[in-house]
Amino acid sequence: MSTSTGSSRRVLEKGPSGWLAAPALVFFLLFAIIPLFGVLFLSFTKWDGLGEIKLDGLSSWTTVLTDPVTGNALWVTAKIMFFSFIVQAPISLLLGVFTSASQKYRAALAVLYFVPLLLSSAAVAIAYKALLDPNFGLGPGLGLPFLAQDWLGNSDLVLFVVVFVIAWQFVPFHTLIYQGGVRQIPASLYEAAQIDGAGRVQQFFAITLPQLKYTIITSSTLMVVGSLAYFDLVFVLTGGGPGYSTRLLPLHMYLTGFKANDMGAASALGVILVVIGLALALLLQRLGGKNRNASQLEGA
Amino acid sequence: MELQMVKLALRSAAIAVTAAAVSISLAACGSSGPASSVGNADSASMWGLTGGNQPVLQKSIDAWNKAHPDEAVKLDFFANDAYKTKVRTAVGAGQGPTFIYGWGGGVLKSYVDAGQVADLSDFVSSNPDVKNRYLPSVLKNGVIDGKTYALPNNNVQPVVLYYNKEVFDKIGAQAPKTWDELMALVPKFKAAGIAPFSLGGQSKWPDLMWLEYLVERIGGPDVFANIAANKPGAWSDPAVKEALSKIQDLVDAGGFANGFSSIAADSNADQALLYTGKAAMILQGGWIYQSMKKDAADFVKNGKLGYVTFPTVSGGKGDPANVVGNPSNFWSISSKATDSQKKAALDYVKSGMFTDADTQALIDSGAVPVTTGIESKLAASPDKDFLSYVYGMAKNAPSFTLSWDQALSPAQGDAMLANLDQIFLKKISPDQFVSTMNATIGK
Repeated sequence: MSTSTGSSRRVLEKGPSGWLAAPALVFFLLFAIIPLFGVLFLSFTKWDGLGEIKLDGLSSWTTVLTDPVTGNALWVTAKIMFFSFIVQAPISLLLGVFTSASQKYRAALAVLYFVPLLLSSAAVAIAYKALLDPNFGLGPGLGLPFLAQDWLGNSDLVLFVVVFVIAWQFVPFHTLIYQGGVRQIPASLYEAAQIDGAGRVQQFFAITLPQLKYTIITSSTLMVVGSLAYFDLVFVLTGGGPGYSTRLLPLHMYLTGFKANDMGAASALGVILVVIGLALALLLQRLGGKNRNASQLEGA
Repeated sequence: MELQMVKLALRSAAIAVTAAAVSISLAACGSSGPASSVGNADSASMWGLTGGNQPVLQKSIDAWNKAHPDEAVKLDFFANDAYKTKVRTAVGAGQGPTFIYGWGGGVLKSYVDAGQVADLSDFVSSNPDVKNRYLPSVLKNGVIDGKTYALPNNNVQPVVLYYNKEVFDKIGAQAPKTWDELMALVPKFKAAGIAPFSLGGQSKWPDLMWLEYLVERIGGPDVFANIAANKPGAWSDPAVKEALSKIQDLVDAGGFANGFSSIAADSNADQALLYTGKAAMILQGGWIYQSMKKDAADFVKNGKLGYVTFPTVSGGKGDPANVVGNPSNFWSISSKATDSQKKAALDYVKSGMFTDADTQALIDSGAVPVTTGIESKLAASPDKDFLSYVYGMAKNAPSFTLSWDQALSPAQGDAMLANLDQIFLKKISPDQFVSTMNATIGK
């Protein structure tokens, strides 16, 4: 990483010009920061979406914080976040490692695995809803009693069905991230390990995993913070039901705002969602350690 | 480095922020749907619902636009649940259509309170022909505080208990006339491997039909009238609790189809259970006749579809002829529309709606128009049995209670549907339902 001219050295020391970030920052300001303050303001008002917006002090916050449905929504969100991570992380890591090798059949499989990512969440949800229908779905259609469960109507089962469908849709994305990460690991590390007599499993744990540390952090951040934004898929698949079984925080916010027409309470829920999202993102970045920008690549 | 970290954290958090910003951005994109080919920017716009009445409305507007190109109306269609959310957001953001489709009741009142719909009283009094074409009992649902804000636009939709005659013959049973008969049928159908009742539980509003009719039969129309009038503690009426207990009894007995809480009524999966013989009965609105006529033409044509009023409950106070459901749907005119849009809209209401062709198209689709003097037309229809039945039911009902989720304010209606869902799932007791709902009185 050595440079010869003084001007480019200065650029490297200071980093690229801050103006490069300007277009993105303008959009971020317009579509994220300003609405965020709008939502904060609305959370102190009473508004049914039609009439006047009236200042209402803390009453929306009192409603939201004392409502057991909010607590339940947080709990459901936490469960989906946890199980999504537990299911998606190992599968996408292993698939990523598998598809990173250069054999032709692996490349062909990688293309197949990628297909769910191309479908819209609403389409995925509608397809699964039809497949899982207890009376007209896959199970009764093929005469397989095991598949004829009440997948989306059983309060105990539905959460895991939702986790499965989410995983089906998002594992390809994380597989792609891991595939890229694994391909960056220098082959010389594996050659050295082979000379030292390390087996495949040993190589995976001693080289692949440690080298993927930052890929894992990136993918995990996206998984965890992303699970705060699962909305469309769950909305179409279950509508938050049965009862409150799959009423995630973002879904609860939407239903409060646009079905019950209580924009004040919905905005308070929105603020809670933002705070949790920020806290989780910061926490995961911390886990990466202070030295997180240092490259692990040999010779870099 | 510290700054970069904050930036990264912010970027990751943007996902969450975007979700939070949904209330703002959705309000911003509330303009009308797919562009229509007719009219210009100042033409009146109309949002209708997909389903049984869609072709009828399309035909009516097409005919109007052909005859009045200078007052053309732009028409777009939306699915029921999506429409209810979209129209409110759009109207709130000043992007609503000229014609606002509605159900009357508490939801209409919230539009009136916000000053979003035009007062049509003068229009109605200066156009007696418009007033006189409607059944008076239906027309009054568009009146709030003595002023007309909405005019009926389609068909009368009482809730009916439909049954599959074929499966009733199979087990040798008769349609239930009392609640006890209904409960006695449950084990018989279950033994034959047929679900006694189909129910679109995921959509939640079909659940409500059970509560509406049971409360009506047990306590009469006053029970809900008190609730709708926001009288404190109105939900504590013993009729509500008894109705909820009866619902839970029926759930316990296995009265509803396998997986009823994941069946959506919007996709017509609930009716499909009935006409495929997987379920014996379904309590649903008059409008499903229209869709079954299309989706299961042979089933309807060959007289396999039976229908009765909701059974009586022993010791109940309600008149068995009383009806719940939707008296009709309504057009309101946006108060924010331009003068030329309003004029076009009122001209259409005056002379484009319920033309002979419209009325005939409604009848042909299997619906009963809310207009007077249609007896002979109904009698000439191939669906005359059902249509005359529905017409008589609506006309002779001492009381016709509007669907509760539309009669109450949106906040109350939403809480009621969510809690009723919990009743069907047996997650809460009738007592809990009553106390939760009493807390929403006045909201």
